[in-house]
Amino acid sequence: METSNTTWTNICAANDLTPNAGICALYNEQQVAIFLCKQTNNVYAVANYDPFGGANVLSRGLIGSTQDIIYVASPLYKQRFNLSTGECLDSPDHKLKTYNVRIENDQVQLKEAS
Amino acid sequence: MSKQRVIVVGNGMVGHKFIDTIIGSDNHNFEVITFSEESRLAYDRVQLSYFFSGKTADDLALTDAAYYEENGIKFVLNDKVVDLDFPNKNVITASGRVESYDKLVLATGSFPFVPPIPGNDQEHCHVYRTIDDLENITESGKTSKVGVVIGGGLLGLEAGNALVNLGVETHIVEFAPRLMAVQLDDGGGALLKRKIEELGVQVHTQKATTEIVAGEQCRYRMNFADGSFLETDMIIFSAGIRPQDELARSCGIAIGERGGIVINNHCQTNIDDVYAIGECALWENFIFGLVAPGYQMAKVAAAHMQGDKETEFTGADMSTKLKLLGVDVASIGEVHGQTPGAQSYTYHDEIEQVYKRLIVSADGKKMVGAVLVGDVEAYGTLLQLKLNDMDLPANPSVLILPAAGGEEAAGMGVDALPDTAAICSCFDVSKGDIKEAVAAGCCSMGDLKESTKAATGCGGCSALAKQVLDSELASLGFEVNKDICEHFAYSRQELADIIRVKRIKTFSALLAECGSGIGCEICKPAVASILASYWNDYVLEDEHVGLQDTNDNYLGNMQKDGTYSVVPRMPGGEVTPDGLIAIGQIANEFNLYTKVTGGARVDLFGAQLHQLPTIWKKLVDAGFETGHAYGKSLRTVKSCVGDTWCRYGVKNSIGFAIELENRYKGLRSPHKVKFGVSGCTRECAEAQGKDFGLIATDGGWNLYFGGNGGMRPRHGDLFASDLTDEQVRTYIDRIYMFYIRTADRLQRTSVWLENLEGGIEYLRKVVVDDSLNINAELEAEMQNNIAHYQCEWKTTIESPEKLKRFKHFINSQEQDSGLVYKIVRGQRFPLEKEIEVTELV
Repeated sequence: METSNTTWTNICAANDLTPNAGICALYNEQQVAIFLCKQTNNVYAVANYDPFGGANVLSRGLIGSTQDIIYVASPLYKQRFNLSTGECLDSPDHKLKTYNVRIENDQVQLKEAS
Repeated sequence: MSKQRVIVVGNGMVGHKFIDTIIGSDNHNFEVITFSEESRLAYDRVQLSYFFSGKTADDLALTDAAYYEENGIKFVLNDKVVDLDFPNKNVITASGRVESYDKLVLATGSFPFVPPIPGNDQEHCHVYRTIDDLENITESGKTSKVGVVIGGGLLGLEAGNALVNLGVETHIVEFAPRLMAVQLDDGGGALLKRKIEELGVQVHTQKATTEIVAGEQCRYRMNFADGSFLETDMIIFSAGIRPQDELARSCGIAIGERGGIVINNHCQTNIDDVYAIGECALWENFIFGLVAPGYQMAKVAAAHMQGDKETEFTGADMSTKLKLLGVDVASIGEVHGQTPGAQSYTYHDEIEQVYKRLIVSADGKKMVGAVLVGDVEAYGTLLQLKLNDMDLPANPSVLILPAAGGEEAAGMGVDALPDTAAICSCFDVSKGDIKEAVAAGCCSMGDLKESTKAATGCGGCSALAKQVLDSELASLGFEVNKDICEHFAYSRQELADIIRVKRIKTFSALLAECGSGIGCEICKPAVASILASYWNDYVLEDEHVGLQDTNDNYLGNMQKDGTYSVVPRMPGGEVTPDGLIAIGQIANEFNLYTKVTGGARVDLFGAQLHQLPTIWKKLVDAGFETGHAYGKSLRTVKSCVGDTWCRYGVKNSIGFAIELENRYKGLRSPHKVKFGVSGCTRECAEAQGKDFGLIATDGGWNLYFGGNGGMRPRHGDLFASDLTDEQVRTYIDRIYMFYIRTADRLQRTSVWLENLEGGIEYLRKVVVDDSLNINAELEAEMQNNIAHYQCEWKTTIESPEKLKRFKHFINSQEQDSGLVYKIVRGQRFPLEKEIEVTELV
């Protein structure tokens, strides 16, 4: 599939997303975890690879909040990653790649962060 | 008595430390004056690089005029001391100022060494030492496309980072064959190089620059001894430091052969009343280019001046831990094989790019040194082992091996450290100091930093300091906040009461009722469990999906590589040959690793998400149900065959075990629950080690409660004797439900029972005598649960909508490419990283 880094790519239908949970998408040969948070009504996209557990599992983590930060907790060893910035809250040295994500015409779309 | 006049020449980190020590000693017999040739008072040179990520000179300042004035410290900036008059005890500055002293401290620091290469003095050639240097580098950066750092040591890499931050194409040129030649070995240096190159920095090792001439593409061209060249617009020299001993040398103070002001163990020079500290000082023919030893010297000199002749400088540990260009690097002790017979353990993970080498003494008992690149988690532990000369564990490799599933990283408990162990070497804070601080009321890292300054220097000790703090707090029995998390100001038991009384059915309703935020990985699964315990809904209802740990969500136990295990229920451990054959065929078809568990059933490992529904469809078709191995719920009822086959059996334990397993299967609880049913007092089912245990006697069943295996084995307490089947069912219904109502999250029955005021006696009153008048309620709740049981896998595979979630990618049929296996004993296992032991040359 040819995709460009500078345009939005359709990934799946908006209702393929599970409220308050994650899915994994294949985008530009990368695994991307996409989350829909109902309470904040936001979608987030970060790399699916858990740098601590060394496995592609973050889409299967729980999302939560601490103060105003929305994060995903790894299902393996529970490290938390800020969904907006990719930063690990428990070990600031680690940071996930983040992606631009939006819902447009009932389609979930991804774009490389500039 | 008139005050002693102390003059401190140089107001760098060490000079300031000396002054701060005098201030802190509350000794009012000193009048201190400090001179600096720079325009600023002391600032944190260790953190200098942060200047490029937005920190200002003020942020880096270690002190300010107000603090000095408040404490009676006089300071003179922009005026260099140019002469010392020892007979009259005067210092003379460039501006002609003359000040007398009683004691003189030289803290003149060091200057960057610029190799004598022709062309090294051009406009865009810089060094990396002061804030002024950094400002000049920033200016050059604005008109440069390419930048080169000469020197691949510690400071050179920091300078490289500065160039990256300026957005110029960055090169590092090093004369030695590897980066950080002093601190790292070949393996560590090679990995560091690889990591840095991945960040777009080009590293050129074994290059000797012979001249800098005009370039063709860029401003300059650097010609190398091997005939190659590199073009660049700017150059930063970072080829090491030299002690700033010019003033001392010109005034006749003893200087080492290769520079440095010679000092003794009290930091005294050969001239009376003249001390030298920090990077300008030469102790035992050694210059210490790190801040921690400089700080030690400052304290020694201050102590000596105040009459303390005991405190001596006796060398310093040169271990370092730092982050260079985003790469974690640490080095401890001797890493170049100086110790005869030393051997080493090497852990090298090329996938994760981690290199760790632990060098141990010939007899393997003591640590000699260590190199860590990419993962410096072990630094704190290793440093303590080295500094305190502690004995290594029997198998030292665990110190550098990654932690196995779920366990804490291997290491040594902080409790093992002596009170004298230095935790923070920047500020010389020992474990004993932290204990004192805690005893004096400090109970957070913030408090600790404020009262002891621990972890406020390089920060390398913060994890260790936190561990000591936590361990101290725990040993002092500090009250633990029982709130489940920041989203609910209630304990699990209180939440359970709210849910039951207000008949709340969803997490969002509970959040609206009494919570805040969106919840988290602590409260969501806990609430999901309570909801399931009371209402026993299908756990994958849309409302519940976002609440469950992945294990509950995909109805399997996630393994370390992200695949799942599959455990069909085998009540009582009983299985027909056909059932066993069916499981074997399915395992074969999907190449699942197969093992019999401790709970007397079969565990199949390595199923990928998309395979789970097919595997379960086949299992359900063969007559199996989910074993709930993934849930905080009833796991297994272990049993023996009892009087059906066994010569000694007293009752039908296997029959009763199967009945009980079917009665309570699927029931969610605060933690997992296991049963055992033994057919006679020989206790082959190990029932006393289970949450609920039954042992058959001639008079009926003896019911035990609160047993546990695992980390803290415990035998169950005898709850009642000689019970009928019916009594057993009733009592267990009540105890089980009472536990579900009142236990904390993840609290096993053993711990719950121990924390229950009145213990087993009290439980008996509630369950047998109905002292709380709740038994009817408890029984009704249990009945409701039993009536609503469903095999979650059966429900799931019948719902196409739910199955949508069981694939790795939402938009592709591809599988996770990250799964790699090896074959051991005829079955597959996730690929492990290897460890090798090598002999040092």
